[in-house]
Amino acid sequence: MLQQYRPLDGSRIAVPDSVLGIEMADDCTRFNLRIAGTGIAPAGKVFGVTLPKVIGQTAASGDKLALCLGPDEWQLMAPLDERDRIEAAFAALYAKVPHSLVDISHREVGIVVEGSAAAVALCSACPLDLDEMPVGAATRTIFDKAQIVLIRQGRDSFRIEVWQSFADHVWGILQAAGREITLEI
Amino acid sequence: MLLIRCPHCAAERPEVEFVYAGEAHISRPRDPAVLTDEQWKNHLFIRSNPRGTHFERWRHIHGCGRFFNAVRDTVTDKFAMTYKAGLPRPSEAEIREARS
Ligand SMILES: [Zn+2]
Repeated sequence: MLQQYRPLDGSRIAVPDSVLGIEMADDCTRFNLRIAGTGIAPAGKVFGVTLPKVIGQTAASGDKLALCLGPDEWQLMAPLDERDRIEAAFAALYAKVPHSLVDISHREVGIVVEGSAAAVALCSACPLDLDEMPVGAATRTIFDKAQIVLIRQGRDSFRIEVWQSFADHVWGILQAAGREITLEI
Repeated sequence: MLLIRCPHCAAERPEVEFVYAGEAHISRPRDPAVLTDEQWKNHLFIRSNPRGTHFERWRHIHGCGRFFNAVRDTVTDKFAMTYKAGLPRPSEAEIREARS
């Protein structure tokens, strides 16, 4: 039986005065969905969230989240126990609406970056102009050399979705940024 | 940092999210088998390499993942405009307008 190795689980970087808290997000179900124009509405119905059509926008319903990453590409996020239901529901849709649904749950980890210094910490390695990123937006971008998906959950709350194999690298940079913020340098 | 406008994301994004993908508007010969070696070599390897306005492909690889076309000045490195792949080459007037 395969065993998942998740060395960063439960880790946390905290800066005194709580200007910055960085921690691993709880694991969740993630799918990458590729689907064409007319299939978007039925796919949203199956998932349980109306899929946003503008790149960079997100839509949520309950604890499910859909991110529009490209003209025909979405990332779907849901609680762990929803995985089989979602997979089965999309399989049933396949005959009428061709699409590609790939389970990428195990490929990525979530890192939550929160606090008034959250944007400063991210700017240490992310070239995006975060002032231009509205709350509720999500985009694929780059963090140092690692590709990430960045979600702005609130004004001072971000979530990074990154491949397991890059997570340690991203974590190390955030640790260094947190240290600099602590020392105010 | 150079900002590049992705026509799919409709936003100016940092250059490091993109990769360059060679000259644009080069169509593959319909029937490569009828070409002479000379013609095939020209298709594969010979590019215009202009000084000034250049039509080129870019890919928003760490973004929406899409290829698109751009008009860039090879002397100043300034982008005049970007547009979706498949659209015709913009006219001189359109490029001038975009630059102003
Ligand atoms: Zn894009």
